[in-house]
Amino acid sequence: MKYVDEFRDGALARGIADRIAAELQPGRRYSFMEFCGGHTHAIARYGIAELLPPEVRMIHGPGCPVCVLPIGRIDQAIHLALERGAILATYGDTMRVPASNSLSLMKAKARGADIRMVYSATDALALARANPQREVVFLAIGFETTTPPTALVIRQAAKEDLANFSVLSCHVLTPSAITHILESAEVRQYGTVPIDGFIGPAHVSIVIGSAPYQHFAEEYRKPVVIAGFEPLDVVQAIGMLVRQVNAGRAEVENEFIRAVTPEGNVAAQAVVSEVFELRERFEWRGLGEVPYSALKIRPAYARFDAERRFALDYRPVPDHKQCECGAILRGVKRPTDCKLFGTVCTPDNPMGSCMVSSEGACAAHYSYGRFRDIPVVSVPA
Amino acid sequence: MKKDYLRPLDFKQGRVDMNHGAGGRAGLQLVEELFARAFDNPALRQGNDGAVLDLPNIPGGHRLVMATDAHVISPLFFPGGDIGCLAVHGTVNDVAMLGATPLYLAASFILEEGFPLADLKRIVESMATASREAGVPIVTGDTKVVERGKGDGVFISTTGIGAVPVGRDIGGANARPGDVVLVSGTLGDHGVAILSLRESLEFETTITSDTAALHTLVAAMLAAVPEGSLRTLRDPTRGGLATTLNEIARQSGVGLLLDEAAIPMQPQVEAACELLGLDPLTIANEGKLVAVVAPEAAGAVLAAMRDHPLGRQAARIGTVQADEHHFVQMATRFGGRRVVDWLSGEPLPRIC
Amino acid sequence: MCLALPARVVALLPDDQAQIDLGGVRKTVSVALTPDARVGDYVIVHVGHAIGLIDAAEAERTLALFAEMALTPSEPSA
Repeated sequence: MKYVDEFRDGALARGIADRIAAELQPGRRYSFMEFCGGHTHAIARYGIAELLPPEVRMIHGPGCPVCVLPIGRIDQAIHLALERGAILATYGDTMRVPASNSLSLMKAKARGADIRMVYSATDALALARANPQREVVFLAIGFETTTPPTALVIRQAAKEDLANFSVLSCHVLTPSAITHILESAEVRQYGTVPIDGFIGPAHVSIVIGSAPYQHFAEEYRKPVVIAGFEPLDVVQAIGMLVRQVNAGRAEVENEFIRAVTPEGNVAAQAVVSEVFELRERFEWRGLGEVPYSALKIRPAYARFDAERRFALDYRPVPDHKQCECGAILRGVKRPTDCKLFGTVCTPDNPMGSCMVSSEGACAAHYSYGRFRDIPVVSVPA
Repeated sequence: MKKDYLRPLDFKQGRVDMNHGAGGRAGLQLVEELFARAFDNPALRQGNDGAVLDLPNIPGGHRLVMATDAHVISPLFFPGGDIGCLAVHGTVNDVAMLGATPLYLAASFILEEGFPLADLKRIVESMATASREAGVPIVTGDTKVVERGKGDGVFISTTGIGAVPVGRDIGGANARPGDVVLVSGTLGDHGVAILSLRESLEFETTITSDTAALHTLVAAMLAAVPEGSLRTLRDPTRGGLATTLNEIARQSGVGLLLDEAAIPMQPQVEAACELLGLDPLTIANEGKLVAVVAPEAAGAVLAAMRDHPLGRQAARIGTVQADEHHFVQMATRFGGRRVVDWLSGEPLPRIC
Repeated sequence: MCLALPARVVALLPDDQAQIDLGGVRKTVSVALTPDARVGDYVIVHVGHAIGLIDAAEAERTLALFAEMALTPSEPSA
């Protein structure tokens, strides 16, 4: 696969990792947050942590839209399918998220709810066309990468004057989440979570461009390096962050120059602002209410807004008392710090959002990295 | 008036109806004109509800092996095969994985009212071909019909029996530290072939299912090395390689260390999995096997596999190690290391 | 967070659609968000939509930067 395989070269990775080790300032520790769940997944899947020197620590950020999707929103989706008879179309990622009453979308399906997994928002639209006598609701999750496709679909629905299609918008915004983390008590005042810099999301940045990150670099004096999705991109970006930190710089650098421009994808941004507007507040699982961090559908497209169409109200549902997802999402705690991790809470039986999505810090660690927590004695062949 | 005249079944336009499962003349006609004709063998010609069978004379004695499988796959027809040949191969393989020679199969069908006879004929003939090519006859069977809406076209259940020589012990609990892990060919083919047909995931690929009967491959492997060198055999069907290896690790109380770069995979399978966000190690295979062998026998077993048409791309993919936590670890192509965990449920395509 | 892969545009189709090829696998996706995509271009595909184009020159430059950053065994540490 072109533009994929070359960016997974292990020998080159070791060379870059060696360079990073060589450039570390003696006695100094470096903590970087990779905001994006895709990067968390890549780090785990390729075992990048193993390549890095121990002085460099990666903190997993909240950039996993499934992880930050609150129980209350899944409850709304289940309600629409189970009690209002709608066909609920959703991406595969949300099927197993545990919600209230021991349900999940998958479990609701077993109880008779008509839940259909789709690969694309356009598939949800197709369902609406194919089932004119049923209501079809699309559970729209995702950051700025996934929002333009949803906007396109709503615009198309309006063009076709579809009478049975609506969207439950849970689209969230990256810069607000980063701000929220930087503003959190632990980071701003107490410095207990020293975040020296950020690895910026790959695909979100294709859409929003590199310009929006300027704010973080300037206001909070933290370097940001936007990194591509492949493991070499991530390792390279870490090297660039180390260099910035060493030199006392706090700039936005773009490692993903092959796909990200300063202004981003203007066509995509345009269609989003035509269909969506900012919500004043939105609950993020683990982070609580975050202002101006999510999108809702504009009045002009109100008939495609499931919340208005079905007069839904939102009821926040707290996580298990001992679930540490909130702290983990903010980078304050590690998965192994949570009492539930690996005991009650496993990918088979997720108690919180970090374990549900394969990108959640806990799931990634459990699936790919927990062998590191326990010394394993291997016998050579 | 013609004596005993029965209008032949209309295999072009006809459909299964409730009469065919009622145990009367219609059901008998379906058996005679379709099943018995396609599967024809001496046992079936006995014409009874069960079959009286001969067991082979294996010097040193033998023990019986029995395995059963239900097949509910959808779609029924896919590139490289169909539910029929899958049903034969699956059970033949389960028997073969115990080091046994598969001898006979039984097949029962649950048909949905309205299922086209043309499709049924196609499936049955595919089964007959698979059974003949494998040399394992279908000696007895059953048919039932359920009302429209209560079945997915057709469900097939097959049971197989085989004979394993006394003294041969091949099973999931035998792996020991130092043993070598081999795989017979490219992984993920069947799963990807099926996924490409699933609504809303549609993609075009030339990948076909790898469904195949593996018993002659197993026989070749066993013949190449002393008894006892082949510790474990298993076919990584649902749940893929990850599930199979984790099962073995747990049963044997060991850990495994794999080499990602050594795992054979077709580029299109890798690409399709990337596109959908699936881990190819969790995708089903229907014509491949995993073998755990004693280190001194690994070379000979691998050579025997590569000599066989179903093992041309056989490869050594890892080793067994002592590990009280039974982790299946993998050295990634990238130079790092990760755990290969088994699935909690169906692999679902993801956007994140 | 966003599973997206670079794929080659093989054919442009009506209604803002295109056929893409990734490692031999072909799929039809929307190019409504990348109106400038042409046959032969590489686009980044996410949830059935092309969301951006790959700049071939910048990709080469990136690979060169990796090679530059990598410490070769003979190089002294900084």
